[in-house]
Amino acid sequence: MMDRRKFIQKTSATSAFVGLNGLALNACSLETKTHITILHTNDVHSHIEAFPSNHSKFPNLGGLARRATLVDTIRKENPNTLLFDAGDIFQGTPYFNFFGGELEFKLMSMLKYDAATIGNHDFDGGIDGLYAQLPNATFNFLSANYDFTNTVLNGHVQPYKVYNVAGIKVGVFGLGIALKGLVSKKLYKETKYNDPISVAQDMSVILKEQEQCDLVICLSHLGYDYEDVNKPSDLRLAAKTEHIDLIIGGHTHTFLDKPTIATNRVGEKVLVNQVGCFGVNMGRIDFYFSTDHKKQSKGVSISV
Amino acid sequence: MKHFVVFVTFFVLFSCKQGDSKLFKVFGEQIKVGNTIHDADTIAQIIAPYQKHINKTLDSTLAYAPRVITKEDGKYNTTAGNLMADIVMEQSKAIYKLKTGKEIDFVLLNHGGIRSIISKGNVNRRTAYEFMPFENTIVVVELNAASVMDMISYLIKAKRQHPFSGLQIILDKEGKLSSVNIQGKPFNQTKTYLVATSNYLVNGGDKMGFFKERISITETDYKIRNAIIDYFIKVDTVAPIIDNRFMKLN
Repeated sequence: MMDRRKFIQKTSATSAFVGLNGLALNACSLETKTHITILHTNDVHSHIEAFPSNHSKFPNLGGLARRATLVDTIRKENPNTLLFDAGDIFQGTPYFNFFGGELEFKLMSMLKYDAATIGNHDFDGGIDGLYAQLPNATFNFLSANYDFTNTVLNGHVQPYKVYNVAGIKVGVFGLGIALKGLVSKKLYKETKYNDPISVAQDMSVILKEQEQCDLVICLSHLGYDYEDVNKPSDLRLAAKTEHIDLIIGGHTHTFLDKPTIATNRVGEKVLVNQVGCFGVNMGRIDFYFSTDHKKQSKGVSISV
Repeated sequence: MKHFVVFVTFFVLFSCKQGDSKLFKVFGEQIKVGNTIHDADTIAQIIAPYQKHINKTLDSTLAYAPRVITKEDGKYNTTAGNLMADIVMEQSKAIYKLKTGKEIDFVLLNHGGIRSIISKGNVNRRTAYEFMPFENTIVVVELNAASVMDMISYLIKAKRQHPFSGLQIILDKEGKLSSVNIQGKPFNQTKTYLVATSNYLVNGGDKMGFFKERISITETDYKIRNAIIDYFIKVDTVAPIIDNRFMKLN
């Protein structure tokens, strides 16, 4: 809001000078500004309907039809919007038991989700059950550390995708949690799990250096933080890597009051966010880009 | 005009420091999806037929409960616990016998696995979902006599009435173990026992350590909730009682 006002003031001030010494002033106001909005959910767990008003924990919250309105409003405000999910789309209401995830994927496609990563519960209908629902999804499935080579999902899940949004290259990759002990092998079958932290470092180098991305986002279903420091988590991922701008987390159903500003291994800031579960909240991160060297030279300011 | 364009281009390229787009500002927040946001009609219309189908299926009457069934109504065993354990026994014994040729000796579940009461009145699939919302399956583990004794000690010490079936624990006046019967026969120190339980408990849930000492394990792939629904379909009346499966002598 603040920015729009400033921008208008600036524009009118500039036009007042046109004709006099207009060229010199105009030249430096040819700054190109780009505003990218990232919206995200995690652990919706088949919560298609909003919670009833008598629910003890989340009265009157959530619901896909409402989320659709919210997303639509934000997209109208800023068409340069991407929408992501950090996994565990499935399991939690009879919608999943009855229809196997069909409605979840159909509705997410209608909301124009851009990508999702795969959570442990997304295997609850078996890897074949997940595969069977893919025709209902128009969005991408991203996972860089699950190797699906010897499974039906081979070729249907990409490690990463680069989205070109108004000239800004947004590189997005996915990470999944260790499945052994968490999900029955009968469900995930020959899915191989690779260490997410080292995979993340490889991915972020590919996205930053090879793909020349302006923004690198990780969709993680690792979990926010654990007492066991050896267990991969979003905070650990942030601390051990570089080139990542935003980690969108899931799995631990962590309700953060606001996104966490973490520090990566070279001392740069990384935003880590997770919005609890069941579609009760939606995360919104706005990234502002400029061609103005003066603005760039001050570094990135992050406010939450 | 042409000269003017060339001049401006020249000016922009060389006189002003404009380069690649770079990130300079980030703003993050959580948005509550509350009821001040109206439903998108297009989405609500897609959901409606699915919702109708679910509600119709969940709410069609399967059986009748003449009294309320709860896990709070007995000191040593409860109507809700007995119902759940007896259902697991009844519904899984045939499946297990078909699979292995063996008979299940008894069932042990956990108090925490019962998630709601069953109200007096019609019983339907929704009742089963509320009673047992988890996706746990029935597994059968083989335990030696020592592990079964550990289990008995655990059940005597427990402050909550864990549901069981096919097993009888009798305490003396002082509350110490008096006798154990399994399938109506006295506990045999030289035998191994086949115990049907939930995959959650076998995997360490509710600190039932004796399940770690198992000799073997068989997964039935039969969800506890599906066993409950199948039972509700089969019977007309659901009326479990508190009995003497776990009792203290006076």
